[in-house]
Amino acid sequence: MRICRAEYKTIARYTDQLRPTRQCMKMLKEKFPNHSQSTLLSIFSLEYQKRTKRTISKHHAPDAIEAYYQRYLTEAKTRPSSPVLLEIANEVDLSPALLARLVVERFLQEQQSTAFSKQILNNMLREPSLIQDLPLANHVAQCTINDCCYGPLVDCIKHAIGQEHEVLLMDKLMEKNLSFLDENQLRAKGYDKTPDIILEVPIAVEGHVVHWIESKASFGDDHSHRTYLNEQFWSYWNRFGPGMVIYWYGFISELDCQRDRGILLKDCFPSDIVTLCPRMGQS
Amino acid sequence: MAALLESLLLGKLGTSKALVWLKHKQSSKDQPSCEPLLQVQRQEFVSFLLNFLRDQSSHTLTHGPATPAKTPVSSRSAARSTRPSSDRGCRGGRGSAGGGTGSRGTSRVQLFSPAPSVSPLGGSQWEGSAAAASTPSRGELSGVSGVSSPSFSSVWSPAPRPLQADRRSTHRSSLGDFMTTSPPEMHPHSPAMATGQQQQQQQQQHHRGSGRRRSGGSAGGGRPTGGRGFQQDDSSASWERGARRGRGGRAGEAVSPPTQVTLNFNNLEDFPPVGASQHASPVLTKPSRRINPTPVHSERPHSKPTGCFTSTPLSTPCSPPTIPEGALFVGSPLGLQEEREMLRKEKSKLQQQICSPLKPATEPCTPTKPVRVDPTAAQDPQAPSPDPSKVTLTSELDLLAELYCTCISENLVPNVFLELFFVLQLLTCRSPPALEGEQDDGLCGSAQDLLERGYFRDVHNCVYFAVKVVENQFELVSHLDKCTVRLLAENERVGSFAPALKDRLALAQDTSTAKVSPSLPSFIHSVPFQPATDNRSNFSSDRAFHIFKKQRDIFYELLRDWEDFHKEPGWDFENALGNRIRAMVSLQTAAGNHAHFARLFQKQLVQMCKEPGARGSFGEAPDADVLSILGADGLSRLKRLQERLIQPQGFMGPCPPPSFPGHQEFFRDFLQSASCCQLNQHLKDGMCQELLLLDEVSILGAPAGGSGEEEEGDGDMDQQDEKQRFSSVLLVARLLAKFLGFISFLPYHTSDPPSKEIQEAAIALRSKSSPVLDVCAVLRSCVRRRRLVLTVPWLVEFLSMMDYTGPYLPCFRAALGSLLHLYRRMLLGRGAEVCYLNQLLLVAVLGWLFQIPVFPEDVVFSEELDFGEETLDSSQGLDSLPLVDQQLLYTCCPFLGELRKLLAAFVAGSTAKSGGLLRKITPTSAEPRDPPTTRSQQKLQMELEQAFFHNQPPSLKRTVEFVAERVSSNCVKHIKATLVSELVKGGERALREALAVDSANVAKLNDTICTQLCYKGMQALETATRFCSEKGPEAVRVLLPEETSPAVLSTSESITTRLATEKACTWLSSNITALIKREWKSVFDRVMKTLPSPPPPNPEVPAQTQAQTPTDTQRGGGGQTLGEKDCPPECTHKAPRASSVITDIKEVLSIAVGPRAEDECCTIQQLQALLDRAGETLQCRKFLSVVPEQMLVRCTIMLACRLVSGELPLAPPMDSAGIRGVLQQLVHLWGSSPLPSLPLHLLFASPTLTAVLTHTHTDNCQNFRVLVHLLLEEGLLGKEDVVTHWRSLLDLSWTMESIQKIQELSISSVPSASVSLPSHRDLLQISQ
Repeated sequence: MRICRAEYKTIARYTDQLRPTRQCMKMLKEKFPNHSQSTLLSIFSLEYQKRTKRTISKHHAPDAIEAYYQRYLTEAKTRPSSPVLLEIANEVDLSPALLARLVVERFLQEQQSTAFSKQILNNMLREPSLIQDLPLANHVAQCTINDCCYGPLVDCIKHAIGQEHEVLLMDKLMEKNLSFLDENQLRAKGYDKTPDIILEVPIAVEGHVVHWIESKASFGDDHSHRTYLNEQFWSYWNRFGPGMVIYWYGFISELDCQRDRGILLKDCFPSDIVTLCPRMGQS
Repeated sequence: MAALLESLLLGKLGTSKALVWLKHKQSSKDQPSCEPLLQVQRQEFVSFLLNFLRDQSSHTLTHGPATPAKTPVSSRSAARSTRPSSDRGCRGGRGSAGGGTGSRGTSRVQLFSPAPSVSPLGGSQWEGSAAAASTPSRGELSGVSGVSSPSFSSVWSPAPRPLQADRRSTHRSSLGDFMTTSPPEMHPHSPAMATGQQQQQQQQQHHRGSGRRRSGGSAGGGRPTGGRGFQQDDSSASWERGARRGRGGRAGEAVSPPTQVTLNFNNLEDFPPVGASQHASPVLTKPSRRINPTPVHSERPHSKPTGCFTSTPLSTPCSPPTIPEGALFVGSPLGLQEEREMLRKEKSKLQQQICSPLKPATEPCTPTKPVRVDPTAAQDPQAPSPDPSKVTLTSELDLLAELYCTCISENLVPNVFLELFFVLQLLTCRSPPALEGEQDDGLCGSAQDLLERGYFRDVHNCVYFAVKVVENQFELVSHLDKCTVRLLAENERVGSFAPALKDRLALAQDTSTAKVSPSLPSFIHSVPFQPATDNRSNFSSDRAFHIFKKQRDIFYELLRDWEDFHKEPGWDFENALGNRIRAMVSLQTAAGNHAHFARLFQKQLVQMCKEPGARGSFGEAPDADVLSILGADGLSRLKRLQERLIQPQGFMGPCPPPSFPGHQEFFRDFLQSASCCQLNQHLKDGMCQELLLLDEVSILGAPAGGSGEEEEGDGDMDQQDEKQRFSSVLLVARLLAKFLGFISFLPYHTSDPPSKEIQEAAIALRSKSSPVLDVCAVLRSCVRRRRLVLTVPWLVEFLSMMDYTGPYLPCFRAALGSLLHLYRRMLLGRGAEVCYLNQLLLVAVLGWLFQIPVFPEDVVFSEELDFGEETLDSSQGLDSLPLVDQQLLYTCCPFLGELRKLLAAFVAGSTAKSGGLLRKITPTSAEPRDPPTTRSQQKLQMELEQAFFHNQPPSLKRTVEFVAERVSSNCVKHIKATLVSELVKGGERALREALAVDSANVAKLNDTICTQLCYKGMQALETATRFCSEKGPEAVRVLLPEETSPAVLSTSESITTRLATEKACTWLSSNITALIKREWKSVFDRVMKTLPSPPPPNPEVPAQTQAQTPTDTQRGGGGQTLGEKDCPPECTHKAPRASSVITDIKEVLSIAVGPRAEDECCTIQQLQALLDRAGETLQCRKFLSVVPEQMLVRCTIMLACRLVSGELPLAPPMDSAGIRGVLQQLVHLWGSSPLPSLPLHLLFASPTLTAVLTHTHTDNCQNFRVLVHLLLEEGLLGKEDVVTHWRSLLDLSWTMESIQKIQELSISSVPSASVSLPSHRDLLQISQ
């Protein structure tokens, strides 16, 4: 779904006031009924990540952590049945999963002065029952399950989405009998940068030659697209020539301005594919 | 010199003798019959003649519309030297910078630039450094004073040539002497004198700055430059505009004694570079070899050559005694009054010139408003059109033309095309000032006057002369591009002066067979990553590999930035990119990656710049839509059109300085900013290697014998390929050579030429080390092997990059001498062994080289170094192959297009004059001949094909092209051998049969049969197609590596087939008829000879030549077995994706954990549906990878936990059966497929149990028990597992009540396990 920048900004502005919870997602959907849920979630997620990047240092300050932890302890004692951690997260505008992480970390520091590993921490977030403190375990679970932008569940969902779309892409290519090399094959050959797909025989999409395809199971906004361009797409171009990026959840339509330069944006697998038919005769 | 010309003009000396003398080889000293000839060195005479002609025409040409300002513009040297620092002005067309004015300035400069080079003085001055060129040459004086004094010998006495530095001081000191003695300084006391002195000094300075090329301008004596053609940055351009404006109407002032004004002129107009050239011109300190006193006497030819060809009076002071008396008095008869008059005239001319149309193309209206300044020289706006009947001095002009033409034909002139340009300028000259020239006419009594007569005084004479020369040089002219020839043929003046020539030109234009093969501009601009050379194993360490990865990206980023911004005003390469470049390069120093980067750099350079004039950038590609409308065949036309629209008629002169157009600029600036010696060394290595490889490339000629016409026809096709190959090899070699030269001479580049001492020290120093390229050896080898046509153009590019000292190093000096020698020998149309266009290319590039600023002028007019006749290899070289076509010629020598521009500008001007409109390109929309879709499809297909090869190993493309070429060639041979011979046999039969019946109408019979045969011959195309589709793939299959993937293989096969078919069919469709006719004719003749003939042989059925069906090539694609991992056989892969199921379960879970709305709950049905989907998802493995799979399973277990704990709010109609059903479904789900690991321990984790126990709902425990039972039943849990879970639970602290409940649960869930529990219970109780 292509969204013009102005509209994207409207959505982005609206997400400013939202918290990454189920309830807020519902509000978003109601506000913008014309957009698919996944697109909205992707936009929200992007915007929320930007917001987090801006503010995370504030929450990571030792005194902030201490304050959160103490407040949690107090409130958990006074209102054991309330979703206190979630409430704190919403109040201080921090992702619940991230707050849970901070608090668990702090909790572990208190529990055992010995150094704990990140691995243990991650496991505890993934499986809160590992947390010795039962109320804390429950609160952490509540946070990670509710959070729609961060946390192990969301990470896994994102991972799955990305992978599924890559498979989907390959599926479509095979459906069209287009021969390609995937990332793993490329890596095995020693390529230093590997797009998801390199077509063995290039195709043309909407009049543009496509050598490689990158699948992005997210929305293409300015920030992420710029980053991708610098870190991936131009690198692919530098090595393999022109190519195509599929933002499955849409993108800001204005970003599709490098077509002539060799980077084509799509929000779905293209239907208009021209293949090389050398026998057709050319001139 | 002058005497010689005089005696010729007077008829004292037979023209034929002179011509023979001119044509004769250098060695001939035995010309006893003609005394003057004996005394004169041929080259000196040539330079004198050229000077004379330039001078004669000097004032006529100033008025021409296309005639650029006549000035000693330092353009070329300046442009060249300043380019490195900032070139923006020049971009978008070299030399066009600064708009029309500037460029015109350039061309005028160039017109006169040879003058200095002609200067024998120049020669003598430099000869010290080159021992060989010791020709005594004081021709400059002969030009000046020799006129009146025939004692040339004294003039030329080779005075000891001062060293360069000395010379400069000599100049200064001697200037005064000269002024007092020599003609121009006749009024030492008048105010004008002061002016003159300053002028001279400025000129001197100026000349020092501009080198020989500038001096030409001073022939015009203080005429405004009208732009320098270089670096016309905005300020100077606007300055000029201002100047023009300011002077526009100052007619009256012109009449007033031009003391101050003249000074200004010279300061600002004629010599603005004095100031500017401090920065702009590197040549500034170059000692001037020619001070050109303002030719105050514009009508005095004696002084002119001085001006034109720079013969400076410099040396006069050195050897005053040698100055013939005559020289001193030359000007003296003229009084002060006259002098002033002269100045006035000069001034008026100046002003006219300033106001004359300077930009015919860009300011189309200017030609219509000439500003009349001088009432006496008032110019009729309706300039007199040249009239053959008004030509005067015909016989003299004929003689001059003949002499001139001989010089051209014999390559005695330094640059043939420069002369052609001059001639065309004469042809297109505007109405000359109706000066009081008439009065001169009568004065030509003395020998001296003979040379003073205004041979080119009016347009009639100019045109007459020009047409004569063009007529004489018809062959040369007719080899120019079609457009030029057409413009010439359509030129009204040619029409009126030589109708026959017009017709010949018209014919030549029609027969011009230049094949402009439209080559698709390469649209892929990156260098492909090739694992064979680019992967980790090619690097010494991981770090190096990763650094290079980064570098590649940075490099392209820089390139893109450059493309985006470099045209923006104020953008500066060094400022914008310098630091980033150096940072990147230093990265590679650390990693030792220079070799890799150099390779990338070189490849990218070739990729982007191999096609000259290729699109500016991929960002500014020609509009895709336009391209798709035009299609492939329109591409070249579009390109040309685009060029014209973008750069309409910008003059760059016939000898533009070397430049780096388009993307080359980026690469040049990059190297300069990087200034990394390691990188440069690697680049030099790489380029040198590549160049020598390219130089060795074998280009096949037509079959050696070339005997039969048949063979010749066949050769045609192969020749086409070879021609293209040659062209691409040549262009790449030139590009690489230019950059190799650039890098090699970069360390020595100075903005100013070094002083003599420094230079000599440098020569001594540098001649010790061997240069990067052994130019002489390469040259010798190419002469021996007759490969000049390939080697010389790139050597010229290499040498054009030399620094000021370079030419004086023995190795290069020798090479330059050799090149000059080659040039002299390369007589157009007379080298039996060399094709005309090949020659033309060589002559053009060499002529250009001789005109660029660093080329030492002494070489040009010296008697060339002969490096001896090399023994030629017996093998066939390239020179005799028709390899160069017009397209290549014009690509390599874009300056040839100046001729066309000149003529076009004339057309524009002349129509404007007559009230018409400028010939304009009116864009009209093209009528697509085919549906546009087809066209864009074609283009797309071509792009795709190009793209296909891009990321494949280069060998693939080579193989495909090679196979296609061979197959198509074989195909044609095959068809000749089978189809054609069968057809002809059949024809023969038919003929005999018919003759048996009626032998009367033989001619008609012949025609009929021939027509039939030709018609039948068309099936050759079909046959060819079959042949190629069979043989092509076969060969490709054999030749490509076995590992080639099916898709790549089949695509390669198809491309091969297509290429081969296309080639064969193209050739056949245009040649089959001729072939059959030829064959038929010989058969027919034979039959007719043998009449009456024996009865025809048994009928033979022409065998169907190729009946095999083309083998089906494997269809591409589908090589992968991806995704079909472990799905059930009949799986349709339609299962919901893990991501969405996890998301849904997450949603349910978050309802369970809250916070939630009051009424939020799930229904059993919802849960069942969700689990159904989860089940499907887990079944289909296609989209599922391990991590999401585990998460999905974990989520279902978490769901089960929340369900049995009662935390999940269920919608009211809930019964235990429903929940039980869901639990069963869950257990079934877990049990149905082999899942990696079931985190069932979550069920027994304390949070779950706590929830189970604390939630008061009675069913909770029941549900939990049911679940455990189901798990046990399903075998997903062993009893031991359960016991273990319980035990570990008991390690935790529970309340008594809880423990009881747990025990109950455990007993009920695992009856047999309960036995072991009591002890623990005791323990627990005790512990509490």
